[in-house]
Amino acid sequence: MMPELGRYAISVLGSYGSTIVLVSALIIVTVLRGRASKKTLAALELKHKGKR
Amino acid sequence: MSIWEFANPVRFMRLSGRLLPYLVVLTVVSLVTGLIWGFFFTPDDRAQGAAVKILFVHVPFAFLAINIYFMMFVTSLIWLIRRHHVSALAAKAAAPIGAVFTLAAIISGALWGSTTWGTYWQWDPKLTSFLIMLIFYIGYIALWDSIDEPDKAADLTSILCLIGSVFAIVSRYAVNIWNQGIHQGASLSIDREEHVSNVYWLPLMLIMVGAFLLFLVLLLLRTRTEIRKRRITALQAREL
Repeated sequence: MMPELGRYAISVLGSYGSTIVLVSALIIVTVLRGRASKKTLAALELKHKGKR
Repeated sequence: MSIWEFANPVRFMRLSGRLLPYLVVLTVVSLVTGLIWGFFFTPDDRAQGAAVKILFVHVPFAFLAINIYFMMFVTSLIWLIRRHHVSALAAKAAAPIGAVFTLAAIISGALWGSTTWGTYWQWDPKLTSFLIMLIFYIGYIALWDSIDEPDKAADLTSILCLIGSVFAIVSRYAVNIWNQGIHQGASLSIDREEHVSNVYWLPLMLIMVGAFLLFLVLLLLRTRTEIRKRRITALQAREL
C-alpha cells in the first residue's frame, strides 16, 4: 500500500508531516478559542438578562 | 442576496452558522480524497522521482498563502472605505491562517528544494519574497494584538496590509519579474500546454479545492470568534 519513496522518503514524509502538524494545530486552536468565546459570551448574556 | 448583508454581524453569524456544517463535510471529503489520491495513486516523475508528491502539499498552500493576503487586502480596503466591522474582523481572522499556510509552504518547499536543487534555502526572489510575506503576516498579527482600541487597530493594520500586499504580488510573479533564481515558474496555468500532466493535475485540483474550503471554514470560525469577542468586550464594558 505504501508507495516506494526511496531516497526521497525523508523529504516527502517531512513535507506531509510538517503540513499536517501545522494545519492540525491551527484547527485545534481555532476550535478551542471558538468554544471558549461561545461559553464566555453565553455566561455574560445570561448574567445581563438576569439583571434586566 | 447582496454580499453587504454579511457586513451585519447578526446576519453573518446566522448565515455562517448555517453554511459551516456543509462546508466542513465538503472540506474533509475533498482534502482526504485528494491527498490519498495524490500520495498513494500517482506515479513517480521521470526527473524528480517520488519527490514529485510534495507538489500536493506545497502548491495548494503556497497558492493560498498569496491569495489569503489578497483577500486581506480587499477586506482591509472595505474597512478603510466603508467602515464595515465584519470586514476588518475577517482580515484579522485570516492572518493567522495565512501565516500558517505560508510557513507550511516554506517548509515543504525547503524539503522539496533539498531533493531537486540540492539546497534547503537560497536567497532567490520567490523564496525571499515569501519569507518577507511571512514576516508581514506576523507583523500584522502582532500589530492587532498591541493596540487596545479596536477601530484604531483596524485602521493601522489595514494600512500595514496594503503595504504588505506589494510583497504578496511580488511572491506571485517573482519568477516572471526577475527571470532568475532557482524557483521554477508556476505549476498551474490556464494554458494546458504549460501546466503539469493530468496524472498530477486532477488530484492537485481536488486538493486545491479542499485547501480553499479549509481556509473558508477556518475563516468563518475565526471571524465568528472575533465577533463574539467584540460582544464580550461590549458587555464587560457595561458592567464597569
